[in-house]
Amino acid sequence: MILLADSRTLYRSLLSSAKIPRRWGSSISQRPGSDRVRFPGAVNSKFTTDMEFINPTEVSHIPTYRVMDSDGVLVDKTRKPLDIPKEQILEWYKNMLTVSVMDVIMFEAQRQGRLSFYMVSAGEEGISVGSAAALTPDDVVFAQYRETGVFQQRGFTLKNFMSQLFANQHDNSRGRNMPVHYGQNYPRIHTISSPLATQIPQASGAAYALKLQTLQNPDIPPRVVACYFGEGAASEGDFHAGLNIAATRSCPVVFICRNNGYAISTPTLEQYRGDGIASRGIGYGIDTIRVDGNDIFAVYEAMREARRIALSDGGKPVLIEAMSYRVSHHSTSDDSFAYRARVEVEDWKRRDNPIIRLRKWLENEGHWNEDIERDTRDQLRKDVLKEFGEAERELKPPLRSAFEGVYEEVTEEVQEQMQDLKRIIETYPEEYDIRQFKDGINGL
Amino acid sequence: MAAPRLFRPAARLLPSRLSSTPLLPNFPRVARAPSILCSRGYASEAGAKEVTVRDALNEALAEELEGNEKTFVMGEEVAQYNGAYKVTRGLLDRFGPKRVIDTPITEAGFTGLAVGAALAGLHPICEFMTFNFAMQSIDHIINSAAKTHYMSGGIQPCNITFRGPNGFAAGVAAQHSQDYSAWYGSIPGLKVVAPWSAEDAKGLLKAAIRDPNPVVVLENELLYGQAFPMSEAAQKNDFVLPIGKAKIERQGKDLTIVSLSRCVGQSLNAAAQLKQKYGVEAEVINLRSVKPLDVETIIQSLKKTGRLMCVESGFPMFGVASEILALSMEYGFDYLTAPAVRVTGAEVPTPYAVGLEQMSFPQEDTIVNQAAKLLRL
Repeated sequence: MILLADSRTLYRSLLSSAKIPRRWGSSISQRPGSDRVRFPGAVNSKFTTDMEFINPTEVSHIPTYRVMDSDGVLVDKTRKPLDIPKEQILEWYKNMLTVSVMDVIMFEAQRQGRLSFYMVSAGEEGISVGSAAALTPDDVVFAQYRETGVFQQRGFTLKNFMSQLFANQHDNSRGRNMPVHYGQNYPRIHTISSPLATQIPQASGAAYALKLQTLQNPDIPPRVVACYFGEGAASEGDFHAGLNIAATRSCPVVFICRNNGYAISTPTLEQYRGDGIASRGIGYGIDTIRVDGNDIFAVYEAMREARRIALSDGGKPVLIEAMSYRVSHHSTSDDSFAYRARVEVEDWKRRDNPIIRLRKWLENEGHWNEDIERDTRDQLRKDVLKEFGEAERELKPPLRSAFEGVYEEVTEEVQEQMQDLKRIIETYPEEYDIRQFKDGINGL
Repeated sequence: MAAPRLFRPAARLLPSRLSSTPLLPNFPRVARAPSILCSRGYASEAGAKEVTVRDALNEALAEELEGNEKTFVMGEEVAQYNGAYKVTRGLLDRFGPKRVIDTPITEAGFTGLAVGAALAGLHPICEFMTFNFAMQSIDHIINSAAKTHYMSGGIQPCNITFRGPNGFAAGVAAQHSQDYSAWYGSIPGLKVVAPWSAEDAKGLLKAAIRDPNPVVVLENELLYGQAFPMSEAAQKNDFVLPIGKAKIERQGKDLTIVSLSRCVGQSLNAAAQLKQKYGVEAEVINLRSVKPLDVETIIQSLKKTGRLMCVESGFPMFGVASEILALSMEYGFDYLTAPAVRVTGAEVPTPYAVGLEQMSFPQEDTIVNQAAKLLRL
């Protein structure tokens, strides 16, 4: 705040400085006779006397990067061979299979009423596994809710998944969060948040923080944030805000859009006009690529390169649009055959999906066959069912945790309630079955 | 953000080609028709018929779309998919894509568009998949819809209706289980209604659409499938309820229970139990309208009973119940024979696990126990 007496001196000093014209180094002015615009908002645009509106339908569409075709054959015969060890590729394949096997079982389990909600990622396993494979464990992930493969690839175990789904004592969220809203401390994956697209600006902020941390302490290895979302979420204002702030603040964040054709029932045709989500990245001045999401090699290579770009020049955002088809229903609360033909889905399932494509490649290379496939699937099924059963039978979190979590220290009123509850349970032990809670009465 | 979009729990109740087993036996729908209604024998009244809240809302929308060509319905999945909760079922077929409009997942976009259309003279009905997602566009609702009429000196009315499910549903956790009655109720320039029964739903939604002001209609997902008797008068297409008028659902002389939305049903059941257990006659007031608030009906009842209890499912602090208790002190202090009491949701983000979720909101026995305590029974 400027006091009145001071404002006069300030005014005088402004007047005196006005006498000497000053120009900042970054200031922009239109030079006489130039053939280009030098306005602050557009500094290298040529003048033209042709009044021509750009018609987006006439601009050629952004191409889609792919490495192998739907038969699992590398398209470009002249390219250098894949520099990925066979063991790693087999691990990716098994991770995709694990997610796929678990999805089928948990979807059925929801139908039987054994959990309230589940979301499968059929058709999109390649995007999540392939992209996560290019991250280091120190990189940070913000996911939406259809990236089970990212968790799987980053070391989330079946036990971790099942504990969260059944909200037992090993569930980080202690039964407070919806199923499939997983989270992990290290390798860091922020807990899933239901409201769509909120993760996008938050990812930009997290990336900015990582950048500053590395600037302040060069011993910290450079890290990126990977941020996942669907093409439907890209309609939210948060998408636009998040991309713009990431571009202007030079945040090392890789945005991965899973364009799977449907946002619940809304097909992409009604979701947006224009050339997909990729075309928007260019508008924000962000390095952008579109890849074939059913081709795990393409996803991996694009992500690896995106990570490199994101860390170059002191940090900048990158957008990857990975194309796929949502084979699954949106969630267990959705019956997608109400708005799309079953035959269309079956067609995609059979003809092209990331798992079948990689399997064909593995078979072509002689790394895989029908017998290994059957044995692996059987084993995975057994593993999932075993963890499923154990998680369902596992003890619930201690009674105490029902009262905790809002304030760091439990308030006096709540302490009284806890004591009341304990007294009541001890007075009428036959009325309350507390064996299912960890530590029984001592859990209070 | 509009997420689930993630979830359409109501769709679980609909016949699905995928499910052969009955869905969700572990998720009992706690809301049922209060037994009090059965004993009253509404259903046997001449001409009355059982109507679900969902159908009552659908009827109200259809009648208003039919009667006023300035109205249109807009929201996510309202047309092709018949609405995430099937409230708009059949409207697309009947009124066509110019009146029933699907939108991309852009709350800020379609709410802003609807407000703009209202400022330009149309009467939009803006559906939110749930009011949780309206947080993405709350600026349009509060800063534009509610205030423009006042700020323009009265030359720029905004005849718009915002509607959708509010409050907690089953098993959808913190980010989808929140009661916004107090949020919208605190804004000058908005009207806010919260229907409970099928008659409430139809009469209040029609009133909201006809009202020249922006009106927020806070429905409840757990009530959609619940059937209520609907009188012959309410079945007619000119049935409208006044906004700002509460309804005494049950007469009583010992205790006034003020409630809204789904908690009205619970309060009626609790009142029946109080009668059975203690012979106490509780009067139950269904607020129907959060703003304007029918203070007179509450105070008249309070003068009669001398005791006041407010039941709602919002968070405890700064809520509808807090407001009513404050009003009771301002207008009825001398008539209170005991400190007024509020029964509300717990001070906790709604947990997912079904046991925790139930403990986070008023249950019938909570209401009965608190009433017994208040009455020193």
